[in-house]
Amino acid sequence: MDNAITLVNKKHINLWPAVLGGGALIILGLVLGGVINQYIQTVLMFIGINIILSASLNIVNGYMGEFSCGHGGFMLVGAYTSSILSVLFFTKSPWLGAPLLPPSSAVFLFPLVIIGGGIVAAFAGLLVAIPSFKTRDDYLAIITIAANFIFVSLVNNLEFIGGSRGFMGMKTTIYAMEDVADLPFTLIWTMVFSTLSVFLIRRLMRSTFGKGISSIRHDEISAEIMGVNTNNMKIVAFMVSSGLAGIAGGLFAHVLGFINPSSFNIMKSTECLVMVYLGGMGSLSGSVLSAVVFTFLLEVMRPLQILKWVIIPLMLILLMQFRPEGLMGNRELTDIFPKLKPYFKRRDL
Amino acid sequence: MSLLKINDMTHRFGGLTAVSNLNYELEDGKIYGLIGPNGAGKTTVFNLVSGFYNPSMGEINYNGEVINGMAPHDVASRQIGRTFQNIRLWEDMTVLENIKMSHHFKLGYNLIDVFFKTKKYQTREKEITEEAMELLEVFKLTDLAHERPSSLPYGIQRRVEIARALSLGPKLLMLDEPAAGLSTADVVELIDYIKWVHETFNITIWMIEHQMQVIMSLCDRIKVIDFGQEIADGVPEEIQNNPEVIKAYLGDGAI
Amino acid sequence: MFSTLLQNLFNALQWGSFYSMIALGYCLVYGVLRLINFAHGDIFMMACYFAFFIASWFLGNLAGMPGPIIFGLTMILTMVATSGLGLFIERVAYRPLRKKGAHRLYVVITALMLGFILENGNLAVLGASSRRFPDMFGKIVFQFAGVSLTNYKIIVIVTAVLAFALLNLIVNSTKIGMAMRAVSYDKFAIPLMGIPLNRIITFTFILGSSLAAVAGILFGMSYPVLDPYMGMIIGWKAFIAAVVGGIGDIKGAFLGGFILGFIEIIVVAFFPSSYKDLIAFVILLVILSVKPTGFFGVAKSTKI
Repeated sequence: MDNAITLVNKKHINLWPAVLGGGALIILGLVLGGVINQYIQTVLMFIGINIILSASLNIVNGYMGEFSCGHGGFMLVGAYTSSILSVLFFTKSPWLGAPLLPPSSAVFLFPLVIIGGGIVAAFAGLLVAIPSFKTRDDYLAIITIAANFIFVSLVNNLEFIGGSRGFMGMKTTIYAMEDVADLPFTLIWTMVFSTLSVFLIRRLMRSTFGKGISSIRHDEISAEIMGVNTNNMKIVAFMVSSGLAGIAGGLFAHVLGFINPSSFNIMKSTECLVMVYLGGMGSLSGSVLSAVVFTFLLEVMRPLQILKWVIIPLMLILLMQFRPEGLMGNRELTDIFPKLKPYFKRRDL
Repeated sequence: MSLLKINDMTHRFGGLTAVSNLNYELEDGKIYGLIGPNGAGKTTVFNLVSGFYNPSMGEINYNGEVINGMAPHDVASRQIGRTFQNIRLWEDMTVLENIKMSHHFKLGYNLIDVFFKTKKYQTREKEITEEAMELLEVFKLTDLAHERPSSLPYGIQRRVEIARALSLGPKLLMLDEPAAGLSTADVVELIDYIKWVHETFNITIWMIEHQMQVIMSLCDRIKVIDFGQEIADGVPEEIQNNPEVIKAYLGDGAI
Repeated sequence: MFSTLLQNLFNALQWGSFYSMIALGYCLVYGVLRLINFAHGDIFMMACYFAFFIASWFLGNLAGMPGPIIFGLTMILTMVATSGLGLFIERVAYRPLRKKGAHRLYVVITALMLGFILENGNLAVLGASSRRFPDMFGKIVFQFAGVSLTNYKIIVIVTAVLAFALLNLIVNSTKIGMAMRAVSYDKFAIPLMGIPLNRIITFTFILGSSLAAVAGILFGMSYPVLDPYMGMIIGWKAFIAAVVGGIGDIKGAFLGGFILGFIEIIVVAFFPSSYKDLIAFVILLVILSVKPTGFFGVAKSTKI
């Protein structure tokens, strides 16, 4: 007994995998046991998607200290790319014809479709990353908003993928997967991708490499003088951030089964902003927490309809006035509950 | 052998000539001072050398390589360390993290290594931390490794900033008014500190400073500029008695 | 051929006038506060609604009055109402942040959010049915050389030019205008010189909102269908105009509005009109990446 405790303290066993794996298994069990109904599943999926969105936007807005308000645009790129890939490969559609691959192969290839969306979105991130070499602050904010408008109105004008009417058929892929094995695939992949995103961001931001991103926030000139190639770091930050947004977009498209450009307009970007600033800039656990809180809030406020869109901005305004550092500031959960530290912090290298 | 050689460098901002026809030669292992009245263009010279501006004319040669036109991070990676008038430490990082950043341009691993926590990543991070801790040990800052700079007294922050610049392993250390904002007692300590740094690391130091006490007790050679032009160059005694210099500092009536 | 060209020229001038008047509002506030007042487009939208209610009331209750008098009264009252709104926003949202010395980004976020509140609040209160702006005086169409001009079109262009002339006079030749220019140079020295900073800011918001009010009435008269989101896209594009001209310079903003007006009319002549927004935003992106200070703006360098 004593021996076990000293072992824990000494070797700083990382409890994250156990906590997450256990949680996922419990959720899966509840779903399969029929305890969690379709509605709660959907909410859980939105939580997962929102976690990816807020954590990824936090790279740019929190850690790097820039102000990107076009996250929805990258989500759109990812959503459309993976939707098209999904329809192209796994379903029979009037536009893209017969599936290129047997639909059942989606069981294995579905994550690749989502990642494909993420990769294309990451390259779309270059559209704002490159101007960010020269421009900062509010001007960069404008560029990101302009990028968002450009993506939306571009797709609006692309009639062959449905234009403003939207694009659908992704559900067929999901059904094809469910034909192979009766599992809640979208839920599983949403959980997997959101967990992975948080982990990757955590690793990135703790590495000396990733600290190059935070060094820009506090003092870009210092960063340069210490040999940090800030342009490179900006590209990394924007590409990782927009790539993950693209993954979130791909998942979103497959959860809903239907997307249109206006689901990714500036309102969507605002949702992402609210989550980041609610959670606290530069706090990963804050982002996760706020994604959960915010998704619940949205569900609770659903009956308010349009008033919801008065209350959400108002929340953010009040936040800016009274607690601009957000729920968590730039602290992590382990800073607030230091006793948790040995279990969740990485071993000091 | 000269470490840094500036040939006929001129820099204009729009219509204003901030630096004109400046020649400079820094030899290995000495301490140089660059002085002049406010607005003389001293910091501009530093900014030109460290790559923030690209000179309108002329050439900067460092360690046998032309460095003008290079981005500041490329200049830094060629081992030039620098500090600023106002301390520019990263206040949201610990002292140790501040120091570790000097390895950023020579990490030896990439994003993929970070994501997959590869062996290469782990060993490199370990080496970087160890090297940074060793450096802090030399500077007797080990106790402060996990403090944030904002919680440290101003004088200590200066030292940390100099230590950070040295963590690049520079052959040339550029100090922009290291004594600015320090108390008289701190200035005396700073002089000893810079001497100690010079001896321990065996490097060339080039500093801008307004406090004559610092300049006169440290520098082997001093250059005076005014309105971007050189008005005097020599050993401290020569400079102290140079009428041109006195005129530039005190105005015509002083003589 | 020539007449189509002329016709498009007039259309572009009219279209550009709206952009110019709104762009001037962005520019004034930016000049004084270094704040991009993202809510300005929605202040313009609110001005349209104010004008709609005021004009409808006059037309309902003072039916016998001649059109121009109703127009004038509507103009004045709308300017008052819109200025009130602008000042309210300044007071409750921007000023407290300024007092706390909050980071600029927080102010920008607040401005963006205020825009959403105005749009969606309007939708929530007034409902989704779009409204028709009342006709205050009959539309007269002049025809010459194959070009058709309405009296509205002429009023819009003339008013925009007059408004700019007046603004230019205020900024360049009055004491308060001088103070405004001084604030944009150095915000910290101003209180030291005994100039009340808040009074200048108040005045700036009144000027900007009044211009939005004028634009709102004229827009309502020219394109009589109102909806709560009309301010967003127009506001954004006016902002693009201000950036193209070089934000912070009123001449630049004014010209920028017309430049954008021309570009859009040309785009519509060659592409489907749905490409208008796309091209406008691409232009913005290109200009900001290449010359972030716009055509007339002055570069501001960070001190190292």
